Amino acid sequence: MLELATFITLSIVTLASAVMVITRRNAVHSVIWLVVTLAAVGGIYLLQHAEFLFAVQIILYVGGITVLFLFVVMLVDIDVALRQARFARQWPVALLSSALLLGILGFVLYNHAKGINLPSRPLISAPAQNTQAVGMALYQNYMLPVEIASVLLLVAMVGAVIMAKRKLQ
Amino acid sequence: MILTDYYIFLGSGLFIIGVIGVLTRRNVLIILMSIELILNAVNINLVALSQYFRSVDGQVFAIFVITDAAAEAAVGLGLIIAFFRNKETVNADEIDLLKW
Repeated sequence: MLELATFITLSIVTLASAVMVITRRNAVHSVIWLVVTLAAVGGIYLLQHAEFLFAVQIILYVGGITVLFLFVVMLVDIDVALRQARFARQWPVALLSSALLLGILGFVLYNHAKGINLPSRPLISAPAQNTQAVGMALYQNYMLPVEIASVLLLVAMVGAVIMAKRKLQ
Repeated sequence: MILTDYYIFLGSGLFIIGVIGVLTRRNVLIILMSIELILNAVNINLVALSQYFRSVDGQVFAIFVITDAAAEAAVGLGLIIAFFRNKETVNADEIDLLKW
Protein backbone atom coordinates (compact mmCIF):
# COMPACT_ATOMS: atom_id res chain seq x y z
CA MET A 1 0.00 0.00 0.00
CA LEU A 2 2.80 2.37 0.95
CA GLU A 3 4.64 1.19 -2.16
CA LEU A 4 1.69 2.07 -4.37
CA ALA A 5 1.30 5.48 -2.74
CA THR A 6 4.99 6.18 -3.30
CA PHE A 7 4.69 5.10 -6.91
CA ILE A 8 1.68 7.35 -7.53
CA THR A 9 3.37 10.32 -5.90
CA LEU A 10 6.56 9.81 -7.91
CA SER A 11 4.57 9.40 -11.14
CA ILE A 12 2.66 12.61 -10.57
CA VAL A 13 5.87 14.49 -9.76
CA THR A 14 7.58 13.04 -12.85
CA LEU A 15 4.80 13.86 -15.29
CA ALA A 16 3.97 17.28 -13.83
CA SER A 17 7.58 18.45 -13.79
CA ALA A 18 8.09 17.05 -17.32
CA VAL A 19 5.17 19.22 -18.47
CA MET A 20 6.81 22.17 -16.70
CA VAL A 21 10.08 21.45 -18.56
CA ILE A 22 8.46 21.79 -21.96
CA THR A 23 6.23 24.77 -21.15
CA ARG A 24 8.55 27.21 -19.33
CA ARG A 25 9.58 30.29 -21.28
CA ASN A 26 12.91 30.67 -19.49
CA ALA A 27 15.36 27.86 -20.28
CA VAL A 28 16.91 28.10 -16.80
CA HIS A 29 13.55 27.23 -15.24
CA SER A 30 13.27 24.32 -17.65
CA VAL A 31 16.63 22.98 -16.46
CA ILE A 32 15.51 23.24 -12.82
CA TRP A 33 12.32 21.32 -13.57
CA LEU A 34 14.38 18.79 -15.53
CA VAL A 35 16.37 18.17 -12.33
CA VAL A 36 13.08 17.46 -10.50
CA THR A 37 11.97 15.08 -13.25
CA LEU A 38 15.25 13.19 -13.29
CA ALA A 39 15.32 12.89 -9.49
CA ALA A 40 11.76 11.51 -9.51
CA VAL A 41 12.71 8.99 -12.20
CA GLY A 42 15.63 8.03 -9.96
CA GLY A 43 13.11 7.45 -7.18
CA ILE A 44 11.20 5.13 -9.48
CA TYR A 45 14.40 3.11 -10.06
CA LEU A 46 14.86 2.91 -6.32
CA LEU A 47 11.28 1.71 -5.95
CA GLN A 48 12.16 -1.15 -8.29
CA HIS A 49 15.26 -1.96 -6.23
CA ALA A 50 17.66 -0.91 -8.98
CA GLU A 51 20.02 0.83 -6.57
CA PHE A 52 22.99 1.01 -8.88
CA LEU A 53 20.95 2.66 -11.61
CA PHE A 54 19.58 5.10 -9.04
CA ALA A 55 23.12 6.12 -8.10
CA VAL A 56 24.08 6.45 -11.76
CA GLN A 57 20.98 8.55 -12.41
CA ILE A 58 21.74 10.95 -9.58
CA ILE A 59 25.47 11.26 -10.22
CA LEU A 60 25.41 11.34 -14.00
CA TYR A 61 22.08 12.92 -14.92
CA VAL A 62 21.28 15.20 -12.00
CA GLY A 63 24.91 16.00 -11.22
CA GLY A 64 26.45 15.98 -14.68
CA ILE A 65 24.19 16.44 -17.67
CA THR A 66 21.95 19.10 -16.12
CA VAL A 67 24.98 21.14 -15.04
CA LEU A 68 26.20 20.92 -18.62
CA PHE A 69 22.81 22.16 -19.79
CA LEU A 70 22.89 24.97 -17.26
CA PHE A 71 26.33 26.07 -18.46
CA VAL A 72 25.18 26.26 -22.06
CA VAL A 73 21.95 28.05 -21.14
CA MET A 74 24.04 30.64 -19.36
CA LEU A 75 26.49 30.88 -22.28
CA VAL A 76 23.92 31.55 -24.98
CA ASP A 77 21.90 34.72 -24.88
CA ILE A 78 18.75 34.14 -22.85
CA ASP A 79 17.22 37.56 -23.51
CA VAL A 80 16.82 36.81 -27.21
CA ALA A 81 15.03 33.56 -26.55
CA LEU A 82 12.79 35.21 -23.95
CA ARG A 83 11.44 37.70 -26.44
CA GLN A 84 10.55 35.11 -29.06
CA ALA A 85 7.40 33.04 -29.20
CA ARG A 86 7.60 29.89 -27.14
CA PHE A 87 6.03 27.42 -29.51
CA ALA A 88 6.77 26.81 -33.16
CA ARG A 89 4.26 27.56 -35.89
CA GLN A 90 3.40 23.91 -36.38
CA TRP A 91 2.18 23.35 -32.82
CA PRO A 92 -1.42 22.34 -33.70
CA VAL A 93 -0.17 19.67 -36.09
CA ALA A 94 2.42 18.57 -33.54
CA LEU A 95 -0.18 18.25 -30.79
CA LEU A 96 -2.49 16.36 -33.13
CA SER A 97 0.19 13.85 -34.10
CA SER A 98 1.22 13.46 -30.45
CA ALA A 99 -2.41 12.80 -29.51
CA LEU A 100 -2.53 10.21 -32.29
CA LEU A 101 0.63 8.57 -30.91
CA LEU A 102 -0.88 8.60 -27.42
CA GLY A 103 -4.04 7.00 -28.79
CA ILE A 104 -2.10 4.24 -30.56
CA LEU A 105 0.11 3.56 -27.52
CA GLY A 106 -2.89 3.55 -25.19
CA PHE A 107 -4.86 1.23 -27.45
CA VAL A 108 -2.01 -1.26 -27.83
CA LEU A 109 -1.08 -1.18 -24.14
CA TYR A 110 -4.70 -1.51 -23.03
CA ASN A 111 -5.32 -4.49 -25.30
CA HIS A 112 -2.09 -6.16 -24.27
CA ALA A 113 -2.71 -5.47 -20.61
CA LYS A 114 -5.87 -7.52 -21.00
CA GLY A 115 -4.22 -10.22 -23.10
CA ILE A 116 -0.81 -10.76 -21.54
CA ASN A 117 -1.67 -9.45 -18.09
CA LEU A 118 1.82 -8.98 -16.69
CA PRO A 119 1.51 -9.99 -13.05
CA SER A 120 3.48 -8.42 -10.26
CA ARG A 121 6.41 -10.66 -9.45
CA PRO A 122 8.85 -10.73 -6.59
CA LEU A 123 12.26 -9.14 -6.95
CA ILE A 124 15.17 -10.67 -8.81
CA SER A 125 17.53 -10.67 -5.92
CA ALA A 126 18.01 -9.21 -2.51
CA PRO A 127 18.52 -5.43 -2.87
CA ALA A 128 22.02 -5.69 -1.47
CA GLN A 129 23.09 -7.78 -4.45
CA ASN A 130 21.86 -5.46 -7.16
CA THR A 131 25.12 -3.57 -7.67
CA GLN A 132 27.05 -6.82 -7.62
CA ALA A 133 24.72 -8.37 -10.20
CA VAL A 134 24.96 -5.34 -12.50
CA GLY A 135 28.75 -5.30 -12.17
CA MET A 136 29.00 -9.00 -12.96
CA ALA A 137 26.80 -8.58 -16.04
CA LEU A 138 28.74 -5.51 -17.21
CA TYR A 139 32.18 -7.08 -16.91
CA GLN A 140 31.34 -10.60 -18.02
CA ASN A 141 28.51 -10.80 -20.54
CA TYR A 142 28.76 -7.21 -21.74
CA MET A 143 32.52 -6.81 -21.93
CA LEU A 144 32.63 -5.75 -25.58
CA PRO A 145 29.69 -3.29 -25.34
CA VAL A 146 31.40 -1.62 -22.37
CA GLU A 147 34.53 -1.11 -24.44
CA ILE A 148 32.48 0.23 -27.35
CA ALA A 149 30.68 2.61 -24.96
CA SER A 150 34.04 3.90 -23.72
CA VAL A 151 35.13 4.58 -27.31
CA LEU A 152 31.80 6.34 -27.89
CA LEU A 153 32.43 8.59 -24.90
CA LEU A 154 35.93 9.38 -26.17
CA VAL A 155 34.55 10.27 -29.61
CA ALA A 156 31.84 12.44 -28.01
CA MET A 157 34.44 14.22 -25.87
CA VAL A 158 36.68 14.97 -28.86
CA GLY A 159 33.62 15.98 -30.89
CA ALA A 160 32.38 18.38 -28.22
CA VAL A 161 35.82 20.00 -27.95
CA ILE A 162 36.05 20.39 -31.73
CA MET A 163 32.52 21.84 -31.93
CA ALA A 164 33.08 24.37 -29.18
CA LYS A 165 36.52 25.42 -30.41
CA ARG A 166 36.59 28.93 -31.75
CA LYS A 167 38.76 28.35 -34.78
CA LEU A 168 40.21 25.20 -36.25
CA GLN A 169 43.80 25.33 -37.44
CA MET B 1 1.13 -4.13 -5.39
CA ILE B 2 2.52 -2.25 -8.38
CA LEU B 3 1.98 -4.05 -11.64
CA THR B 4 4.64 -3.85 -14.36
CA ASP B 5 1.94 -2.30 -16.55
CA TYR B 6 1.88 0.81 -14.40
CA TYR B 7 5.54 1.47 -15.07
CA ILE B 8 4.96 1.01 -18.78
CA PHE B 9 2.05 3.46 -18.70
CA LEU B 10 4.24 5.96 -16.85
CA GLY B 11 6.99 5.45 -19.44
CA SER B 12 4.50 6.06 -22.27
CA GLY B 13 3.27 9.26 -20.62
CA LEU B 14 6.78 10.63 -20.19
CA PHE B 15 7.61 9.64 -23.77
CA ILE B 16 4.58 11.51 -25.13
CA ILE B 17 5.48 14.64 -23.14
CA GLY B 18 9.00 14.46 -24.56
CA VAL B 19 7.70 14.08 -28.11
CA ILE B 20 5.39 17.08 -27.66
CA GLY B 21 8.36 19.09 -26.40
CA VAL B 22 10.53 18.14 -29.38
CA LEU B 23 7.78 18.93 -31.88
CA THR B 24 6.44 22.19 -30.48
CA ARG B 25 9.26 24.17 -28.87
CA ARG B 26 11.44 26.65 -30.73
CA ASN B 27 14.35 26.81 -28.32
CA VAL B 28 16.94 24.23 -29.35
CA LEU B 29 18.07 23.78 -25.73
CA ILE B 30 14.58 22.75 -24.66
CA ILE B 31 14.36 20.36 -27.61
CA LEU B 32 17.53 18.68 -26.28
CA MET B 33 15.99 18.53 -22.79
CA SER B 34 12.89 16.86 -24.27
CA ILE B 35 15.16 14.25 -25.84
CA GLU B 36 16.53 13.56 -22.35
CA LEU B 37 12.93 13.07 -21.17
CA ILE B 38 12.35 10.55 -23.98
CA LEU B 39 15.50 8.61 -23.04
CA ASN B 40 14.36 8.53 -19.41
CA ALA B 41 10.98 7.15 -20.47
CA VAL B 42 12.79 4.36 -22.29
CA ASN B 43 14.88 3.69 -19.19
CA ILE B 44 11.78 3.37 -16.99
CA ASN B 45 10.45 0.70 -19.33
CA LEU B 46 13.79 -1.11 -19.44
CA VAL B 47 14.09 -1.25 -15.66
CA ALA B 48 10.47 -2.34 -15.20
CA LEU B 49 10.83 -5.19 -17.70
CA SER B 50 14.20 -6.11 -16.27
CA GLN B 51 12.49 -6.63 -12.91
CA TYR B 52 9.64 -8.49 -14.55
CA PHE B 53 11.90 -10.97 -16.34
CA ARG B 54 14.09 -11.30 -13.24
CA SER B 55 17.14 -10.51 -15.28
CA VAL B 56 19.66 -7.74 -14.80
CA ASP B 57 20.18 -7.27 -18.56
CA GLY B 58 17.59 -4.50 -18.80
CA GLN B 59 19.41 -2.45 -16.19
CA VAL B 60 22.72 -2.92 -18.04
CA PHE B 61 20.99 -1.73 -21.18
CA ALA B 62 19.67 1.29 -19.28
CA ILE B 63 23.25 2.15 -18.30
CA PHE B 64 24.23 2.11 -21.98
CA VAL B 65 21.26 4.38 -22.74
CA ILE B 66 22.52 6.81 -20.08
CA THR B 67 25.99 6.68 -21.67
CA ASP B 68 24.45 7.58 -25.01
CA ALA B 69 22.49 10.39 -23.40
CA ALA B 70 25.68 11.85 -21.96
CA ALA B 71 27.45 11.65 -25.33
CA GLU B 72 24.44 13.15 -27.09
CA ALA B 73 24.20 16.01 -24.61
CA ALA B 74 27.91 16.83 -24.94
CA VAL B 75 27.92 16.85 -28.74
CA GLY B 76 24.50 18.54 -29.00
CA LEU B 77 25.44 21.34 -26.65
CA GLY B 78 28.75 21.77 -28.49
CA LEU B 79 26.76 22.13 -31.71
CA ILE B 80 24.48 24.70 -30.10
CA ILE B 81 27.47 26.76 -28.92
CA ALA B 82 29.06 26.59 -32.39
CA PHE B 83 25.77 27.58 -34.01
CA PHE B 84 25.11 30.40 -31.56
CA ARG B 85 28.55 31.81 -32.27
CA ASN B 86 27.76 32.01 -35.98
CA LYS B 87 24.12 33.08 -36.07
CA GLU B 88 23.40 34.52 -32.59
CA THR B 89 20.22 32.52 -32.15
CA VAL B 90 18.94 29.33 -30.51
CA ASN B 91 15.67 29.35 -32.43
CA ALA B 92 15.05 26.10 -34.29
CA ASP B 93 13.06 27.92 -36.99
CA GLU B 94 16.10 29.96 -37.96
CA ILE B 95 18.35 26.96 -38.46
CA ASP B 96 17.60 26.70 -42.16
CA LEU B 97 20.94 26.85 -43.98
CA LEU B 98 20.27 23.51 -45.64
CA LYS B 99 16.66 24.36 -46.48
CA TRP B 100 16.10 24.74 -50.20
